[in-house]
Amino acid sequence: MKLHEYQAKQVFSQFGIPIPRGRIASSASEAKSIAQELGGRVVVKSQVLVGGRGKAGGIRLANSPSEAEEVATQILGMQVKGLPVRKVLVDEAATIAEEIYLGVTNDRSLQVPVMIASSEGGVEIEEVARRLPDRLFRVNVDPLLGLREYQARYLAASIELNRDLWREFIAIARGLYRAFQESDATLAEINPLVITDERRLVALDAKMVVDDNALFRHVELAEKRDIDEDMPAEREARKYGLSYVKLDGNIGCMVNGAGLAMATMDVIKLFGGEPANFLDVGGGASSDKVAAALEIILSDPNVRTVLFNIFGGITRCDEVAQGILMALQGVSREVPMVVRLTGTNETEGRRLLSEANMATADSLSDAARKAVALANERQAA
Amino acid sequence: MSILIDKRTRLLVQGITGREGFFHSTQMMEYGTQIVAGVTPGKGGEWVLDGKIPVFDTVVGAVETTGANCSVIFVPARFAGDAILEAADAGIPLIVCITEGVPIQDMMQVRRYIIQRGARLVGPNCPGLLTPGACKVGIIPGNIAMPGSIGVVSRSGTLTYEVLDALQRKGKGVSTCVGIGGDPINGTSFMDVLALFEDDPQTDQIALIGEIGGTDEERAAEFISDHMTKPVAAFVAGVTAPSDKRMGHAGAIVEGGSGLAGDKIAALKAAGVRVAEHPDLIPEILG
Repeated sequence: MKLHEYQAKQVFSQFGIPIPRGRIASSASEAKSIAQELGGRVVVKSQVLVGGRGKAGGIRLANSPSEAEEVATQILGMQVKGLPVRKVLVDEAATIAEEIYLGVTNDRSLQVPVMIASSEGGVEIEEVARRLPDRLFRVNVDPLLGLREYQARYLAASIELNRDLWREFIAIARGLYRAFQESDATLAEINPLVITDERRLVALDAKMVVDDNALFRHVELAEKRDIDEDMPAEREARKYGLSYVKLDGNIGCMVNGAGLAMATMDVIKLFGGEPANFLDVGGGASSDKVAAALEIILSDPNVRTVLFNIFGGITRCDEVAQGILMALQGVSREVPMVVRLTGTNETEGRRLLSEANMATADSLSDAARKAVALANERQAA
Repeated sequence: MSILIDKRTRLLVQGITGREGFFHSTQMMEYGTQIVAGVTPGKGGEWVLDGKIPVFDTVVGAVETTGANCSVIFVPARFAGDAILEAADAGIPLIVCITEGVPIQDMMQVRRYIIQRGARLVGPNCPGLLTPGACKVGIIPGNIAMPGSIGVVSRSGTLTYEVLDALQRKGKGVSTCVGIGGDPINGTSFMDVLALFEDDPQTDQIALIGEIGGTDEERAAEFISDHMTKPVAAFVAGVTAPSDKRMGHAGAIVEGGSGLAGDKIAALKAAGVRVAEHPDLIPEILG
């Protein structure tokens, strides 16, 4: 789950990281009064969960409260990469002498967290990695020990930070690591961390992604989820513990297991079809989950046929069959379906479905071929 | 011969009285796996599976009484990290975690700790292991594979079954199948399993099933070209997955250009691996 900048700043601030004074506004008049409180010169920043806000014109400086109102009006009316801006963060404007990058994420090959710092802040870190790889410094963190002081000091020295700022930098780096670990984040990033004209370090931007699997122990973070930013179908899917991604094709897919779901999409494409979605009903899918999944798939008007590919392990084929039958009762749309059921309790599952009128298949390629043929037939009709 | 599990495996089931734990314990026992104990805190002293299997409150208690040398974990995600640590601390050398949805931070700490304890972890979020005809640890359906000489290693669950089923239909048997799991942080990598297969006299060739995300396939490719003499065939899922969309597995995230199926396929091909266009073709490739 991605946090908005203002939410990530609140978290960082709890871990002692200095952030600019500022507040969130959902109207231009609110933005104006916040600017008044802050003393006039402010930055108005759109709060949307995509990168490149600045380039899209979603971050602007205002020199007075009335200018803040004007700028906020414009930003609140715009879209950034297709996402409507519903809120702006109004922050006191900082005087920027230098910009630093500081971030923590997980290194999947080493399987430990890694902290990265660079003197080249304020631009995308991927770009720095490409253009100036020798300006990037990293330390691998032992997850049992956390980020140690000497590691933070190594980063400070490596990016050639002036010594008068080391103590402050080390506190920020260790705070950021603790924010990352204690919030179960998969990414915590400050870009830029600026050195102001007054020789202070301030986190001007904040980015944080939290591990969805750990939200059960972070009720306060789970409440921050911005459901307005999700597609309605994807939101509905999450409610049932399904993982669903809408795509552009016309063959709806319901598969158990992420790997098999991807392979099913690949095989559909290989046989000349286009998948309408990725949908993993998960392990141990119950019949009501299957029914909900089918409704979500059919809510996409492009879907011409649905392919069920269920390989039972922890999932039982009879449960899935019951779910399909249950869902079919509530479905208003006539869509042909291809079913392939194998594995745990498959005989019972097939028996249940034999009464419903469905095409069956005995292998993945057979199922994909049949679904592609049906979809093409329907599309032409 | 086989790798990791065989007829001598004495299995302990953590979470044996839960819905999934109980169902799959029954299946494992029917397959012939020697289940020696179960653990469910608070239910020690009970007997399950027709009164044949004793339940203990703690792993250490179960190990002392029954000599279990392998544990399979079915407990809910929030307790899984603890369950793995408990097994490692009790001296169990092979721990298989089926549970999906274990927080990444838990896994990073757990992984670090169990390495120090000298235990091997397979998973989490994995289907477990199967040595056809001898032992099944986890949830891989027993009837889709027969004994033979093909080693199977996979990051996926059900896609693994797909490949096993395809192999069996063509009359091809399997030495051991290892599902390493799809999470970004896991106990056992492709490389670890490839090394075991290379040293296993019963295994003649290997099927590797990968998917988008991470760099485990690339590292496997490097290992294959440097160290493997046995032929390897592969399938990598996710060629059609749009980049930057989460496809279920926490591990299946395409991160900033790397982790793409195309790059993995290229790396494997460069290492001399024959890559199948779809999973049903693996048996033909293995010839």
